[in-house]
Amino acid sequence: MEFAWPWELRQNGVLNMNQRNIDYIGRYNPRKFYKRVDDKLITKQLALANDIAVPDLIAVVREQHEIAHIPERISSRSGFVVKPAKGSGGKGIIVITKVDNGRYFKPSGHEISLSELNRHVSNILSGLFSLGGKPDVAIIEGLIEFDPVFEGYSHEGVPDIRLIVFKGFPVMGMLRLSTAASDGKANLHQGAVGVGVDIASGKGLHAVQFDRQIEFHPDTGKKLTDIIVPHWESLLHTASSAYEMCEMGYLGTDMVLDQSKGPLLLELNARPGLAIQIANGKGILPRLKHVEAMSSHSMTVAERVAYVKTHFTG
Amino acid sequence: MHSRNPFYILVAVLFIVGIGASIYRGVEHNVPFLPGKQVQSWAVEAKVSFQGTGEPAEVSFSLPQDPAYQVLVENASSPGYGLTINHNDNDRRAVWSIRQALGTQDLYYKVTLVPTGHTEISATQTPAAPEAYLWPATEQAAAEQVIADAWARSASNLSFAQQLMASITEPKRSQNVERLLASQTPTQLFLHMLHTKGIPAHKVSGLYLEDQRRRQPLSPFVEVFHDGQWILFDLIKGKQGRPQNLLLWERAGHSVLDVMGGVNSQVNFAMLQDTRSALATSIDMMMNNNALDFSLYQLPLEEQSLFKGILLIPIGVLMVVFLRVMIGIKTSGTFMPVLIALAFIQTSLLTGLIGFLLIVSCGLVIRSYLSHLNLLLISRISAVIIVVIGIIGVFTLLSYKFGLSEGLTITFFPMIILAWTIERMSILWEEEGPREVMLQGGGSLMVATLAYLAMSASWVQHWVFNFLGIHLVILALVLLMGQYTGYRLLELKRFKSLAGT
Repeated sequence: MEFAWPWELRQNGVLNMNQRNIDYIGRYNPRKFYKRVDDKLITKQLALANDIAVPDLIAVVREQHEIAHIPERISSRSGFVVKPAKGSGGKGIIVITKVDNGRYFKPSGHEISLSELNRHVSNILSGLFSLGGKPDVAIIEGLIEFDPVFEGYSHEGVPDIRLIVFKGFPVMGMLRLSTAASDGKANLHQGAVGVGVDIASGKGLHAVQFDRQIEFHPDTGKKLTDIIVPHWESLLHTASSAYEMCEMGYLGTDMVLDQSKGPLLLELNARPGLAIQIANGKGILPRLKHVEAMSSHSMTVAERVAYVKTHFTG
Repeated sequence: MHSRNPFYILVAVLFIVGIGASIYRGVEHNVPFLPGKQVQSWAVEAKVSFQGTGEPAEVSFSLPQDPAYQVLVENASSPGYGLTINHNDNDRRAVWSIRQALGTQDLYYKVTLVPTGHTEISATQTPAAPEAYLWPATEQAAAEQVIADAWARSASNLSFAQQLMASITEPKRSQNVERLLASQTPTQLFLHMLHTKGIPAHKVSGLYLEDQRRRQPLSPFVEVFHDGQWILFDLIKGKQGRPQNLLLWERAGHSVLDVMGGVNSQVNFAMLQDTRSALATSIDMMMNNNALDFSLYQLPLEEQSLFKGILLIPIGVLMVVFLRVMIGIKTSGTFMPVLIALAFIQTSLLTGLIGFLLIVSCGLVIRSYLSHLNLLLISRISAVIIVVIGIIGVFTLLSYKFGLSEGLTITFFPMIILAWTIERMSILWEEEGPREVMLQGGGSLMVATLAYLAMSASWVQHWVFNFLGIHLVILALVLLMGQYTGYRLLELKRFKSLAGT
């Protein structure tokens, strides 16, 4: 494996971890607003207050004794998602796509017993998945019926769309597709495919898996750059309005497309990863600097979306 | 964005103060910059003996006062005698006294001296012109002629003294000199002639330091004042300048030994060369000079050795910061590797690595059973802690039974840290698979090993304890790295695909 020279990366505007932490997260994300992003329950409530669509909330489990009531809360559902409110990096999320007579099945077909499910929720409440091990609450959400346009592009899991929103401007985006290697999860370091998408049109530009460029989905063989993300305009709007909602300057927004409800905001991330640059095949710094250089703007969401569509294309 | 100048000034100040304090320590207090450095020291014993006459006796003996040698320890043993040590301007004398001294009396004075390297003797002020010597009528003409000859051939005090010494010591001396030497020693003659011309000069008694010599006498020298310095002349060997290993015992111009109430007094010296640790020597000297006002050396030994361990932590922390910020290695737990490295210092590296792997892998097996029990997090961690203690106990006992003394050091591992490590590894195993466990566990162990190597280097241990200024430098480095926005080494690999144009 070869190493790049630092100036080559600098020249291509590749943002690195240290600079992201000091110059962007440290400078633009006020500490006091972190809980709006780190606590998915608060994010959800804020989103609802701001007319941003989110997956529907089935139940919140706050205490250990409430675990016993989970089966009755989910009895009418055919599938659901359990996640820790303060989890990070997709940790602690269990997706159940099939409920059959008190038996629960993951998308892979693996069965999970009720006691395993209860233990998982108990772990969530103990803070096993939260930052710093603080006590947490578990959220049970409705399953997303994912848009059939992605049929053939994703293995088991739901494809999600990550947009980096800098001071309200969506500057870079990618589509994350789960694979067999990633076990249905959409995390790039676990083997999901990242497809960089054109900010203007939502069309796939460049795709990577395990940090290496690929052309076809490893499981389905579909050509990845053929993807055009539907509802793109609406996704940009949702992401951009998340800035007003949580007041974080440097933000990662994770969204999914639901067949009936359209774009849903899954979660926000105050420390979005750098892999989006690899998926796009280009550095993010020039766009960040572009936005930084703009004199203090008071653009509306629609104006910002229009602005990025003309300036950050390709 | 506010100015970063105050930050850089702070960093610069920390750097300068840290390095300055360390250099001051090294130069001013003679703390050696390298560990294990040895210095030579001389143990000199002076034996004063005389015949008591049954009268009250008082013995006044000059003590060494030489800028080229520092007194480390001195003591005088003299049963039955009262002892006082008198300090005058540039003279120290030991005075022994007794009401009645009869028969052979032996008094001992022992001193341990360390060379300082300051071989030049400078005078703070020009000494007063000496009184001219009154030559006896029979010698005056001869003396004046010799002086006039030398004076004519010289330009300064120094060259005059050189010419005089030459005329006194040359093998074919003039008849005038021969006549004068009939009644005076060469040293006396030299001194008197210098005084006649009003040149400041005095007699000095010196001792040649040679290893394992006994019954050595003092040798006479003359110090001549020239240009703010005292220059040494040896009239016996006809040499100018200070010889190697010469200790100036008496240079105030007084007698070396005065005995009242005794006869046949004499003094002779025995000496022994010794090497001792330069560090211990400088600490002893600081102790003598009361320079230890605010220093770790004041602490009791037990606390000192505790601090020797604590002061290594900044090195380990610096290593972790460097490996994470500049290299980009992932570790499980931010400073867990430092604590593991501290344990390695107690256990030695190989035993430590084996012990760590044994404990963690046993812990993982037991932890995988615990995960079936559906426990709350707190109880599970507590259970893991107790299990870790159990594992450590079993391994210690086993290694004792098998006679492996290395195994006993396993108790130095921090148990809480180990328990958390096991817990994190176990979660990582369940969520990301064994590959990620190997990656992060290996990363942690590598950082711990590197931190151990840095912390166990003997010169590092020497520096962090003896030059506290170095910690300010480490602080400055850590602050600087906290501002580093460049690429980490591993990012250069990760983003390789983005390097093309």
